[in-house]
Amino acid sequence: MSEHIVTAFTDELEHLSANLLRMGGLAESMITDASRAVTTFDLELAREVIKRDKAIDELEAEAEQAIIRLIALRHPMASDLRAVLGAMKLAGDIERIGDLCKNIAKRCLELTGDENRAAVKGIERMAKAVSHQLQIALDCYLRQDVDAAINVLDLDDDIDDHYMSLFRETLTYMMEDPRQIGSNTHLIFMAKNLERIGDHATNIAKAVYYMVTGEAATAENIQARQGTRES
Amino acid sequence: MDGNVEDFVETARNKQALNMAEMTKVDCRHIDVFYDEKQAIYDISMEIQDRAVTAFIGPSGCGKSTFLRCINRMNDTIESASVKGQIIMDGADINDPSIDPVLLRSRVGMVFQKPNPFPKSIYDNIAYGPRIHGLAAGKSELDEIVESSLRKAGLWEEVKDRLAAPGTSLSGGQQQRLCIARAIAVSPEVILMDEPCSALDPIATARIEELIDELRERYCIVIVTHSMQQAARVSQRTAFFHLGKLVEYGDTERIFTNPEDSRTQDYITGRFG
Amino acid sequence: MNSPAPNPETKGTFVTDAALKRLKKRHAAETRFKFYGQFAIAIAVLALIALLVSIISQASSAFQRNMLVFDITLNAEDVAPNGTDDPDAIARNVSGFNLLLQDSLRDQFLPEDADASETRQLFGLFTRLAVLPVAKKTAAHVDMVGTQQTVSVALADDIDLYLKGGVTERKSIDLGQVASARGAIGDGIYVSLAPGTDTSALAEAIGGFQEQSLDDSAPTTLIGIGNTWYSVTGFSSNEIALAYLAGARVAPDPSQGIRALVLAQAEANRTVSDRQIAWTMLLKDEGRIRKAFNSTLFTNADSTYPELAGTAAAIVGSLLTMLVTALLAIPVGIFAAVYLEEFAPKNRMTDLIEVNINNLAAVPSIVFGLLGAAVFINFFGMPRSVPLVGGLVLGLLVLPTVIIASRAALKSVPPSIRTAALGVGASKTQSVFHHVLPLAAPGILTGSIIGMARALGETAPLLLIGMVAFVAEVPDGPTDESTVLPVLIYKWSTGAERAWEPQTAAAIIVLLVFLVLMNLIAIILRRRFERRW
Repeated sequence: MSEHIVTAFTDELEHLSANLLRMGGLAESMITDASRAVTTFDLELAREVIKRDKAIDELEAEAEQAIIRLIALRHPMASDLRAVLGAMKLAGDIERIGDLCKNIAKRCLELTGDENRAAVKGIERMAKAVSHQLQIALDCYLRQDVDAAINVLDLDDDIDDHYMSLFRETLTYMMEDPRQIGSNTHLIFMAKNLERIGDHATNIAKAVYYMVTGEAATAENIQARQGTRES
Repeated sequence: MDGNVEDFVETARNKQALNMAEMTKVDCRHIDVFYDEKQAIYDISMEIQDRAVTAFIGPSGCGKSTFLRCINRMNDTIESASVKGQIIMDGADINDPSIDPVLLRSRVGMVFQKPNPFPKSIYDNIAYGPRIHGLAAGKSELDEIVESSLRKAGLWEEVKDRLAAPGTSLSGGQQQRLCIARAIAVSPEVILMDEPCSALDPIATARIEELIDELRERYCIVIVTHSMQQAARVSQRTAFFHLGKLVEYGDTERIFTNPEDSRTQDYITGRFG
Repeated sequence: MNSPAPNPETKGTFVTDAALKRLKKRHAAETRFKFYGQFAIAIAVLALIALLVSIISQASSAFQRNMLVFDITLNAEDVAPNGTDDPDAIARNVSGFNLLLQDSLRDQFLPEDADASETRQLFGLFTRLAVLPVAKKTAAHVDMVGTQQTVSVALADDIDLYLKGGVTERKSIDLGQVASARGAIGDGIYVSLAPGTDTSALAEAIGGFQEQSLDDSAPTTLIGIGNTWYSVTGFSSNEIALAYLAGARVAPDPSQGIRALVLAQAEANRTVSDRQIAWTMLLKDEGRIRKAFNSTLFTNADSTYPELAGTAAAIVGSLLTMLVTALLAIPVGIFAAVYLEEFAPKNRMTDLIEVNINNLAAVPSIVFGLLGAAVFINFFGMPRSVPLVGGLVLGLLVLPTVIIASRAALKSVPPSIRTAALGVGASKTQSVFHHVLPLAAPGILTGSIIGMARALGETAPLLLIGMVAFVAEVPDGPTDESTVLPVLIYKWSTGAERAWEPQTAAAIIVLLVFLVLMNLIAIILRRRFERRW
């Protein structure tokens, strides 16, 4: 898209995007590190992840300020309006992702170290998938790519599958060895958090879809869009 | 056209009495406008709704004022201008040479960019139109028309005890409302406004916008404006013009949240002008 | 220029030396320019003042008239030989009244054996036609016939001029008293002055005038003793030789006062003779010469005698001509302007018309006279020298001016008024006549009146259509022979007698008053019609 005639407007929008992408990068790293903290039982890393959430909160506050300013002073219309509204949603979603990662890290501190290896591996796998999903979502925000956004929506089902299988697995472990109920419960909560992170990544993709097309990312709209594309 | 001019005027006035919403009031078909050899409007067709405000937006020189002037045939007063196409209003093509533009302009009123009250008294400003069109049988009827026009324009309370003062002694905003009252006094069906607020301060502008909002319940209003915020605030339908062509025309809400044409988008978001 | 020089220390870079120098130069240039403007205005004002002063001073003598008063019985047989039933006959009875007054003068001043030249000189004190006002007054009040009345007639132009200080320079000198006198009226009188009388003033006056004059016989000295006037025939050491001139035929008595009157011009070079001057002095002593406001300047028509000539015919003629001009130029001009400005299509044709109108406004006025003579008089056979033809010619002259001024006034009405009127559903004609014309009215009025004022002062075209003719009666209507003020001024200025000069100046003042009046009317009307925007 071409620049605004008043270039300051374009600068402010780009500044906002950069802010959000930075937030997203931080969130991505928090997922990876929280997952590693769990698998390698690195309590230092866990504490560090908890601290990193503050950075995301600060960035979110900055983003909110910028958004209010844009609405009050620039009167965004059409695509700019959708961009700003979308940015608002993204900020909220990424900030929640940060909180969820912080929760995972907190739970990590409660672990004993002798959890079921298979379950932990399951967490690692799930975290990778979620992180991948978030990465694609942020990428399609950067590139304003609708098709990639639709892919992210599909990926959400995989994440759900991950969660369900991990849940059942861990349940089995808990039934086998009642001594592991405590730590395995933590793992289930962690998995739940990861699943929530996946939902937020999906929201990000939906926001991007709205930003670009101006329509809500409902199933019918997507079908209609893909139908017209194929014909 | 069939029938004579008096009948046409009569049926039109009767129709206005019935409440007709969501109906097309002015149907423009394939309008071209030339200034000598130079073409200013390229094949524009649009239907303008009754009892609604339609806004024309677009960059300078895009033809929106020219197109507006077609609707009351003010382009006839410009020697080099020639208008082709049909403009159907109440079943008659007003572009037809057999229709007297003088009569047309009593049914399609106009308010201009710079307030231009006659240098006569406030009373005479309003009374002039009804007088020349013979709309009042006597002085008391004329007084009534003057009062009701001023009331509708929201000016009555401010000027009721100085109707003999010259129209030019009012403030800018009041003058513009006077011009609107003057246009209303001849009981038009369509009111055209060419950037009516561009010479006014924000409070006067807000008053005029409120007035437009009230007026749209009775009249078909078309407003040309440079301010997109104003078009967004005031209109129900918006048309975007560019280089003499109609680029996009639709509900105001959609145009300003999700326009279809990228040129519209670029203009609205200030990416080109 | 009036502000103090800025202080470099407190004003920083605003007041560098270079900047101050430039500022000084600029102020100096502005002062110079102002001075040039004031100088130019001063020159213009001085020229105007000089013009006015010279005209008014010349004209002032024309506004007053010296009259000769008679206390006389209006005998019926003289003034109304055919009875008092026919007032018109009385009014026309110039010779009857003349004889009456001449007899009175003859009885008073002339001896039985007066010769023809003396008589002529005496009767030449007032003109024949000067009795017309008296005759008319008597005719209006026939009961005056047969009664004793005080009548006054205008003195002849040269006598009048003499009394106002013209004809010749003079000095009046008091020579004290008669010491002794001898001789008789018929032969010659010799008087001697009282011893010790200072005659230096007399000698100076005579010497002074002698030097100025080219003629050896100048100057003339007249001596007045009592009620008698003498001319000086010679000077001896203590006596003055005198010859009787006019007045009481008695020899001078001792201890009567002697007055000397030294006239710079010799009698042969004057239009007023010594005798006439003597009679005038006598009449003045009697108190029978009176100054009166010269209303005949305004009530009489033209005359070959300057003292009887008036501007009445010319004023009425000017008014009638103005009327015709106005009726032609103003409506045609206004409507032409309205058409050209509002309704005419903008094409080559109208451009051509506009160029031609502008050119016509610059055509020399005498060309219009030629046009009038060729078309109106030769081709249409209209009479010469009538206000109708004059008005037509001037109307054509003034028409371009009116059109141009009206167009300018119409152009100055902003187009927003027209579009507002059209927008309300007025037709083009309605918008022009209801809105544009009323707003353009002040400008149109001003242009029309300026045109009229120009027409008032035009001479050349009217000369060509024959308005130089001598018009002795006030015209009744536009088809009556008449003249106009500027032409009258021209005619009077070519008159031979000296008395025409103040008359001409007076007529110029009448014309100027007219013009000022017209401009005043223009200003008042303009103020009244001007609307506030």
